[in-house]
Amino acid sequence: MSLLKIAWRNIEQRALASTLTGFSMALGVALVVAVLVAQGVIADSFTRGACGYHLVVGKKGSQLQLVLNTVYHLQDPIENLPYSFYKEFVTTGDQPGRFAPYVKVAIPYCLGDNYQGFRVVGTVPDLFDKLEYAGGRKYEFEPGGRNFEHDHFFEAVIGASVAKKTGLQVGDEFQPTHGLKEGDGHKHDAFQVVGVLKPTGTANDRALFINMEGFYLLDKHAKPVEEGHAADEHHEHEEGEHRHAEPAEHHAGEEREADHPGEARDADHHDADHDKHEHDDAHEKAAAAPDAHEHEGENHHHDHEGHDHHHEPLPEEQREVTAILVLASNDFSAEALRTTINEGETAQAASPIRVISDFFKTMVSGVSIALLSLTVLIIVVAGVGIMVSIYNSMNDRRRDIAVMRALGAGRGTVLSVILLESILLSLGGGLAGFLLGHALVGILGPVVEAFSGVTIGFLQFVPYELVLIPGLIVLASLMGYLPAMSAYRTDVAKALSASP
Amino acid sequence: MLLLKNVKKSFAQPDGTRLPILDIAEFRVAAGEQMALMGRSGCGKTTLLHVIAGIARPDSGLVEVAGRDIGRLSEHGRDRFRADNIGYVFQTFNLLPGFSALENVLLGMSFTGGRVDEARAQRLLEHVGLGKRLTHKPAMLSVGEQQRVAVARAMANRPKLLLADEPTANVDTGHQQQIIDLVRNSCTEENVALVLVTHTPEVSEQFSRVDHLDQLNQAVVSA
Ligand SMILES: Nc1ncnc2c1ncn2[C@@H]1O[C@H](COP(=O)(O)OP(=O)(O)O)[C@@H](O)[C@H]1O
Ligand SMILES: [Mg+2]
Repeated sequence: MSLLKIAWRNIEQRALASTLTGFSMALGVALVVAVLVAQGVIADSFTRGACGYHLVVGKKGSQLQLVLNTVYHLQDPIENLPYSFYKEFVTTGDQPGRFAPYVKVAIPYCLGDNYQGFRVVGTVPDLFDKLEYAGGRKYEFEPGGRNFEHDHFFEAVIGASVAKKTGLQVGDEFQPTHGLKEGDGHKHDAFQVVGVLKPTGTANDRALFINMEGFYLLDKHAKPVEEGHAADEHHEHEEGEHRHAEPAEHHAGEEREADHPGEARDADHHDADHDKHEHDDAHEKAAAAPDAHEHEGENHHHDHEGHDHHHEPLPEEQREVTAILVLASNDFSAEALRTTINEGETAQAASPIRVISDFFKTMVSGVSIALLSLTVLIIVVAGVGIMVSIYNSMNDRRRDIAVMRALGAGRGTVLSVILLESILLSLGGGLAGFLLGHALVGILGPVVEAFSGVTIGFLQFVPYELVLIPGLIVLASLMGYLPAMSAYRTDVAKALSASP
Repeated sequence: MLLLKNVKKSFAQPDGTRLPILDIAEFRVAAGEQMALMGRSGCGKTTLLHVIAGIARPDSGLVEVAGRDIGRLSEHGRDRFRADNIGYVFQTFNLLPGFSALENVLLGMSFTGGRVDEARAQRLLEHVGLGKRLTHKPAMLSVGEQQRVAVARAMANRPKLLLADEPTANVDTGHQQQIIDLVRNSCTEENVALVLVTHTPEVSEQFSRVDHLDQLNQAVVSA
């Protein structure tokens, strides 16, 4: 009979104590697994969203803030960048912007609205056509949907979670609300959903994407034209060192109504309101600043005359972007771009992957290390429980050990049997805990998904879990050592003579 | 087969002095020989069996089993030697409570260099009349049945010497003879030498050789 079987029979013999100590081990392991998986899934889902492009460019400020609000749709955006800065990344006509040679794709982001608490992002169709996510995956649309088109200003595409939560479907219309938080702020003109994204496991599942051209035409989204500046004076954008690359006459050709910015939008726009805000509110810029809410009380609601009527794009000097996602032509270009942009005064460029892994190293990992330590402590306590249980049984088993020795078992053999008991209990409890932990994750997954949009499956494994196996064996051996030594030292003659 | 020469064994007492238990000038058992060992309670019979089995070490003297001076073996060597050559039946609580009758016999085979022969274990249990109780745990067996399992287990590794320490002392008188017969028949069939410790004259008188430890033993043990 193998030592393993002997050890197992001994465990069976003490069924109650074995079950209880094994169960406490299971609980400890379940918690560790749950924490590991949760942490892994969160980290994974964060990195998922952070790849697919090299840089996020935004107004100078906190890198983390920039990454959180563009990549993860969390926190408030920093201020806006002039549209001219965005144009440095693209080629207009045959005029490449300053950074354009290093850039494969540049996607502008305009933030400032929400729909039922979900972020609304004004952007361009290229976001879904030219960028990938989670390391090489292409954005896909649920059957019946498609990407929005550049020329259809009031089209939108929505994330999977948004579709699920709000019930919006292809063909439905929704009105973004001014401001980033849910509330009864100013309701904008309606956009039509033309596509629902398949779940990506990224924060984009929780956002609505509207055509940037439509975004600019919404109330309060146009940067006010300062008095004293003629509409066709483009110098107003030439802030800092970032000078326009395109010549002024380019504008004239491209933008049909650029000369009359005030009339770019519907002629009946309430000028009184505009005047008021444009002059007394410095924050009232295009892509709403975080405090745009202060206007909630005033009913700005104003109807557009339907979507079928012809919209003129907002002139560039009235445009701003909150951020730009940049896919550089290669990693070196990305690094060069990052350095150059960060050396400038207006903008900053952040590598989302780097920022987020730094963030994890400092913040999240601190928290999860604390959590992990606690749960590991539970495992250690469970291990001590196993030790005490086996040790307490030693007195009753003195004679069994002596009988085994009389049958020819060596000291080392009886020691091994006791160690094996400890290891079997730990690993058995650990296996149960492993299943329990994943069941826990499976049960809590939908809840976590509801709150965070992060999808966690029952079978989500983290490589760190593998450390549990040698870890448990080491712990069990340490804990089994004391009773095993007691077995090792058993005085056979004495134990045989003593009547049990 | 078994030879003891000038074997002395004493135990330390609480006051620091040593209490001599055994002092045996010579004790021999031939191969396949069956003998009964008698003696007052506390005269050192169990201690003698421990010394023969290599469970206890004598203070001095020679213990030779099957031609091997076991005093020269390491502890590990003695354990292994015991597994291979010596069967042991105790007065009580021979069996491990967590293991079935069959597993208890298999356990007896587990510490040798050889393989575990389950067919033999079954045959041995059939031989002691427990062929239908293979999976029963000791708690489900009577004391007599437990002793029969112990006999089967002692024979498991085809030992050269069987030590039986008052194997019938706790068995009701009706079943004593059955156990003694089993032990003796088993030893006869496999040509195993037998040293059987007993108190009861009805048992000892069945043996052609009966030794009295009180006479063999020069150590004066006051009971
Ligand atoms: N480990 C020990 N330590 C001290 N004295 C012991 C020990 N084992 C046995 N003895 C003593 O040795 C004597 C002989 O014991 P034992 O061999 O069991 O006698 P028997 O089996 O003949 O009844 C007894 O007096 C007993 O108290
Ligand atoms: Mg005795």
